[in-house]
Amino acid sequence: MQDDKTPMIAIRDVVKKFGSFTALHGITADIREGEFFSLLGPSGCGKTTLLRTIAGFEPTTSGTIAIGGKNMESIPANDRPTNMVFQSYAIFPHLNVEENVGYGLKTRKMPKKDIAREVAEVLSLVDMEGYGKRKAHELSGGQRQRVALARALVMKPKVILLDEPLSALDKKLRDQMQVELRSLQRSIGITFILVTHDQEEALIMSDRIAVMFDGQIEQLDTPEGLYRRPVNRRVASFIGVMNFLSARVTAQTDTHLTLDIDALGKVELPRDTLDPDIASDSIDTVGVRPEMLTVLFDQNDWSQNKVEGEVVDTEYYGDMTYYKVRLPGREEPLSISMRNTAGRSVVPPGSPVTVGWGAESIVVFEE
Amino acid sequence: MAWRFDREAGQGLKLISPTFGYVLVMLAAPLLMVVTFSFWTQDYLTIDTTLTLDNYREAWTQPLYQVLMWRSLKISLIVTVVTVLLAFPIAYYLSFHVKKRKALWLFLITVPFWTSYLLRVFLWKVILGYNGVFNTTLMGLGFIDEPLTFILYNLNAVVITLAHAWAPFAILPIFVALEKIDRSLLEAATDLGDGPVRRFFRVTLPLAMPGIVASTLIVLIPTVGDFITPRLVGGTDGLMISNMIQIQFGKANNAPLGAALAVSAMVVIGMISAGIFFAGKKLGGRVR
Amino acid sequence: MKWFSVKWLTIYAVVYMIFLYAPVILLPLFAFNTSTIIAFPLSGFTIEWFVGLWHTDTLHTALGNSMIVGLSTAVLSTLLGAFAARASARFMFPGKTGIVGLIMLPLVLPEIIVAVALLVMLNQLGMSLSLWTVVAGHVLICTPFSIAILSSAFRGLDRELEEASFDLGESRWGTFRRVTLPLVLPGVISSLLITFTISLDEFIIAFFLTGTDVTLPVYIWSQLRFPAKLPSVMALGTILLAVTVLLLIAAEALRRRSARRQGVDTTLAGV
Repeated sequence: MQDDKTPMIAIRDVVKKFGSFTALHGITADIREGEFFSLLGPSGCGKTTLLRTIAGFEPTTSGTIAIGGKNMESIPANDRPTNMVFQSYAIFPHLNVEENVGYGLKTRKMPKKDIAREVAEVLSLVDMEGYGKRKAHELSGGQRQRVALARALVMKPKVILLDEPLSALDKKLRDQMQVELRSLQRSIGITFILVTHDQEEALIMSDRIAVMFDGQIEQLDTPEGLYRRPVNRRVASFIGVMNFLSARVTAQTDTHLTLDIDALGKVELPRDTLDPDIASDSIDTVGVRPEMLTVLFDQNDWSQNKVEGEVVDTEYYGDMTYYKVRLPGREEPLSISMRNTAGRSVVPPGSPVTVGWGAESIVVFEE
Repeated sequence: MAWRFDREAGQGLKLISPTFGYVLVMLAAPLLMVVTFSFWTQDYLTIDTTLTLDNYREAWTQPLYQVLMWRSLKISLIVTVVTVLLAFPIAYYLSFHVKKRKALWLFLITVPFWTSYLLRVFLWKVILGYNGVFNTTLMGLGFIDEPLTFILYNLNAVVITLAHAWAPFAILPIFVALEKIDRSLLEAATDLGDGPVRRFFRVTLPLAMPGIVASTLIVLIPTVGDFITPRLVGGTDGLMISNMIQIQFGKANNAPLGAALAVSAMVVIGMISAGIFFAGKKLGGRVR
Repeated sequence: MKWFSVKWLTIYAVVYMIFLYAPVILLPLFAFNTSTIIAFPLSGFTIEWFVGLWHTDTLHTALGNSMIVGLSTAVLSTLLGAFAARASARFMFPGKTGIVGLIMLPLVLPEIIVAVALLVMLNQLGMSLSLWTVVAGHVLICTPFSIAILSSAFRGLDRELEEASFDLGESRWGTFRRVTLPLVLPGVISSLLITFTISLDEFIIAFFLTGTDVTLPVYIWSQLRFPAKLPSVMALGTILLAVTVLLLIAAEALRRRSARRQGVDTTLAGV
């Protein structure tokens, strides 16, 4: 048994090389018990490799992985307390749904009656009662996904590993499965590790997310932390949309920094809202999310900073409108997203507008 | 994925090594030995291992061998062209016009191929012979008064028999190549103004070229090595180089000369095959 | 364009099929014909030639030899084919194209070359010809066919299926037994049937490499010289044809079952 301080999975300095190619450059991370943890990054960033080293399919070149406080180094994949939901689902085509789900229990030499009971239980958990006799090719994509999940769940592992489990599904089904998977994980409390390249999926489902680039974890944080306080421009632009503006520090006190931001002008920022790891001298860029900027329909309801600009383009999404607004003295227009609430009509391109913004929405970056 | 290479390489090589080893010992080594042999000489039962080009001199200058070599090439090329030309429309029909029972058609095409090769050749002799099925039928129907004699024991008989023997080998590669053609490419060609004929020559044929080349080679190469068909239905005018190779290794008991003939035939046919291969590549590429 | 039209193509296809089946249809016709002369018109129905086969001891010996050669060839070439097919379907390794190319070479090499090359080597090594030398040659030409059949079976076997089994706690051997084998078994049986059929019918290599024990095709070859023996050869050919077609139908059915199990479209796989 482990106490609260021991992480469910402790990854320490894991390096993975394939010949001369280094896929993982010393990964260190703790994954807590009962957590929904995501590995997010573009393809080739090493997220799948990391998942496969946890599962035991790839031996690490150096470093250690411990699950439940136990070093996994010499333990092969078939003896690890992890189970995987594969990207292709890997439903055994020669077996029906029940046989697929019961596959691992049969390996454990569980009596047939118990297997049948466990399988029935887990199938009802994933809403697949009555499909037990179907073969893999008689299932839809979403059903295959449920069977793959059931097959892992029935093993009652410490950790379930999911390798892009929703990427084969269409958008609508994917949205639905994200919610289902998330609530299922909450109700059973097993630690989930999800690999995905879809930032929206990671934000919706995860307790914490590790953003990976080039075999390294760039930032490990909660979804909100990642979105609000990305540590660098790469993370900021991978997760959501962000406007980047060049900036420099013109004055500083113990509590505040004064920044001169391109096209927005001077602003005073309290130090405690900024990333403490960034030295004030090295700040050269700031970022601001599109929804933190406001096209002012009524000048009087905005007490903070304002700047004049011109709408150059609009994208209408029904519930939202995305504006491209050019500010004087700046080539690249700002992206601004506005909710289409009652009484607001779309401002046509060419119209002059006033853009409102607040100091608290500014994120600073160093080069 | 390329970066899995190192670990996979070992496993892959280990796995394939029994088969590879077998082929090295049973094919590569014997082939090398044949080449070596062709530089030796044999007098009745004693073999002289002094290296010499005498066998090749004989193989390339003796009129008998020259005639046989030329005839083999001529017959093989004619057989190949006829077989592939006859096969193409069938492959085309199967790929483009047979909708439901493709597998059945393919199966039916391959069945005759699985009957005894010897018997098939022999039965063509029965069909084409003086009192054969073909002649008796034509006479019975009153088309001819006397049996036709130009259809057995000559080149025609060899061509017909081999075109029959290699039919599935010619049809299948072309069929596969045609099946692979994305049908929307044909629609695109039509959309861009091509009629069916221009479309066929500008899109279908170039894309089918790899299959046509494969068929050609798969028919041509073994045909040169056949000695049963010429012997059974070819008459004296139909004898080919393989018959001579067989005689040298058998009755004539001059294995080194046989080896030199075999190597010569392989080199010539290898060069022709390479020529066809590259011509096909160029033709397929150019029109595209 | 006339020759593009479906009508002309269909007519052509039918004529072509008649051409393909002409000799095959004659085989049973003459096998049941009373006359010893293989020509039309047919003279009457008899099963005498089939009965005669029953009492021909040399034929039984040849048949026995062909069975030994065919079964050994089928097992050995399917085994070697399985190794190569698995390696080429699953792994990347240096020299792959060259190695696989060499293994597949007998597919395009004239059989006489294979036969002569083996003959030269066996003579040089001072080994005497026997049924086993025939098997050695047959394995060489059958392995490529086995690889062609098994490659599609192994390619349909997704790598993640075996990983999934391993992930669910199964051992390597257990994974092979519970996942790999059931999925490729139809392919393996189909390969056994096809290679057996090829070996059973192969003449050129057997002709060169057989010693005093002849195989069935070599026996048939020796009989073709005697006109009086022809009707029995026809009868024998008819039986062989029937057996072969049954084996082929079985092989085809199995191959399709294998493809269906793996959820592959059955019309094109294995061509």
